[in-house]
Amino acid sequence: MATAITVETAHGEGQGIHEGHGHAGHPPPSAGVDSRKLLMWLFLTSDTMFFGTLIATYMMYRDRSIQLLTPPYPNDIFDIPYTSVSAFVLLMSSLTMVLALASIQRGNYRGLRIWLAATALLGGIFVGGQVFEFTTFAHEGLTLSSNVFGSSFYVLTGFHGAHVTIGVLWLVALLVVSLRGGLPKEKAMSVEIAGLYWHFVDIVWIIIFTFVYLVPYPNPVKEATEAAPAAFLHLVSLGQQMLAALPF
Amino acid sequence: MASNVAHGQQVIGHAEEEHTTPQEYVRVAIVLAIITAIEVFIYYLPSARPLLVPALIILSLAKFAAVVGYFMHLKFDNRLFQFMFIAGLVVSLSVFLAFLAMFWYSTSYMPLT
Repeated sequence: MATAITVETAHGEGQGIHEGHGHAGHPPPSAGVDSRKLLMWLFLTSDTMFFGTLIATYMMYRDRSIQLLTPPYPNDIFDIPYTSVSAFVLLMSSLTMVLALASIQRGNYRGLRIWLAATALLGGIFVGGQVFEFTTFAHEGLTLSSNVFGSSFYVLTGFHGAHVTIGVLWLVALLVVSLRGGLPKEKAMSVEIAGLYWHFVDIVWIIIFTFVYLVPYPNPVKEATEAAPAAFLHLVSLGQQMLAALPF
Repeated sequence: MASNVAHGQQVIGHAEEEHTTPQEYVRVAIVLAIITAIEVFIYYLPSARPLLVPALIILSLAKFAAVVGYFMHLKFDNRLFQFMFIAGLVVSLSVFLAFLAMFWYSTSYMPLT
């Protein structure tokens, strides 16, 4: 196996020593696609199923605390205008991310750094907003263990927030590497892969924003009126079963 | 096309460079922002209540498709990536619908516990 070492200089972006089969030290492509990009798409596919399951779980339990009359209820604590601004911020961060990729593909390193920094900043604002939202909800009585709505809400949005946080750290790392001259045009794939991850985080929020925040919740009073007779009959049934189980 | 060439094989996956310009990205972002504004507007519109859920689902799917197609370049990218992502989505959606159907069926005849 021949090992070629080449030194590349691209647009004054510093030098990088690349080992391997004549290319930038990363695995050779198979099936005509970049191996790292293929791996990222595989990860995103698995993450789609991960979030799909979390969202399905949330949808199963979203109305349960209202039916069981265990406050706080979603209608009482959600602040739709506030969350709409957060959704807008994350949506715009997808634009800045794709502009960062377009910049490096054109060899515009100043543009790359500006847009990477803007994306990380918008991501940081989103995460900060989520921390503030969680703190406010906790003060209003919604914790991970207060009811099933709280449990499924915090698990779903918390995992999404963790994904955004990892994305912000990734973007800051790319920015630092770029500032040190280690991100020439030939390494645009590194930015593209980070971008795929970032856009995925955005599309997950598009779904969460709709299904968690905007799809209306039932009215607790109406639910209680409808659920009370069924609950009463259930109690009667339980009493009858207990009486039947007695040995005398 | 970027210079990702190894083993004499050209790497596919940068087709977006020829397809989408920064101006088009900005246009897509403006459309996404407008759709988000419409979502929030109809949320507060009492007359839209009967059609709110289907409308929200359609609008969010439009946003989803725009981000995946244009920002993630899936519209112009290798068909292998398209197949992988759509396959994941189909599996995910199937699990989602199966969970909901199972839950609603099991709770439809059971009293609240």
